[in-house]
Amino acid sequence: MVTNITNLGRSGLSDWLIQRVSALVLAVYALFLVAYLLFHPNLDYVTWSGLFAQTWMRIFSLLAFISMAAHAWVGLWTISTDYLKHTGARFGFQAVVILAIFVFLVWGVQVLWGA
Amino acid sequence: MSSLQVSVYRYNPETDSAPYMQEFQIDTQGRDLMVLNVLTMIKDQDSSLAFRRSCREGVCGSDGMNMNGKNGLACITALSEVVKDNKLVLRPLPGLPVMRDLVVDMGLFYKQYERMQPYLQNDTAAPAIERLQSPEERDKLDGLYECILCACCSTSCPSFWWNPDKFVGPAGLLQAYRFLADSRDNATQARLAELEDPFSLFRCRGIMNCVSVCPKGLNPTRAIGKIREMLLSNAT
Repeated sequence: MVTNITNLGRSGLSDWLIQRVSALVLAVYALFLVAYLLFHPNLDYVTWSGLFAQTWMRIFSLLAFISMAAHAWVGLWTISTDYLKHTGARFGFQAVVILAIFVFLVWGVQVLWGA
Repeated sequence: MSSLQVSVYRYNPETDSAPYMQEFQIDTQGRDLMVLNVLTMIKDQDSSLAFRRSCREGVCGSDGMNMNGKNGLACITALSEVVKDNKLVLRPLPGLPVMRDLVVDMGLFYKQYERMQPYLQNDTAAPAIERLQSPEERDKLDGLYECILCACCSTSCPSFWWNPDKFVGPAGLLQAYRFLADSRDNATQARLAELEDPFSLFRCRGIMNCVSVCPKGLNPTRAIGKIREMLLSNAT
């Protein structure tokens, strides 16, 4: 029996599913943004901020941010357990990564709903 | 040109402070020998060389090694398949501790195999005759039971290199699925529970090195995908 307490879903199966679903969300979000930019060749600030003023775009963006946060944690946790064999270094790396993800997520929410 | 330049990994922990490569010139007389034949000819030149071999026909799985960068069985790998620029580099299977020269300690590999409980488990009353299988049920075991445990696949897998104590590895997982897929085995839930953590099965990233080296042409990546499907349908 292999135990672990620092991975996202406490189970390999749930981590795997989170990784696949979040990848799908990020792919759809990225394709949408690229398509939006292609259809608005002379994009100005008013149009761009108008897009993000709509509730559905804010929900879509927040979904993408949360997916990014989960995806990054599962991926970087995996990398740390592959390559960092020293417990202190591994735990330190994981702490820095989770702090960065938390900061970026809160910051993202502030950008979407602030000002 | 019939003289082959062979470079062999040498290490005797009792006398050498570090491993080194030793060069040999082998006269193949233009024949397309198997790598194992070449090793035997080297052993005639230097009897201190250690390697494992037994059946010399790809059945026992003893002589798995790394030949010009790719794992395989020396006895069924022809020189024409691996030699480039008249050079052959022979190294032990990667990722396992070297005991001497081309002989590795397979302890971790066997430990992971043992963890998969590779035997039929059935807690229902034994019938008077054998537990019967339909031809269709038997067909599901094809491509799974043929594994000879040579370790070529698991030692070509980076996930097994980094976590050999936690990741079961392709060989063990192929055997896990061999018993999950067997209609006569009913320990399915316990077997799946053993594989659900983030390391045992899910450390597989699907790079398919195992498929590319398997001397028996088996497909552990496919078996791992099937186990993942079983876990998913069990838990959603």
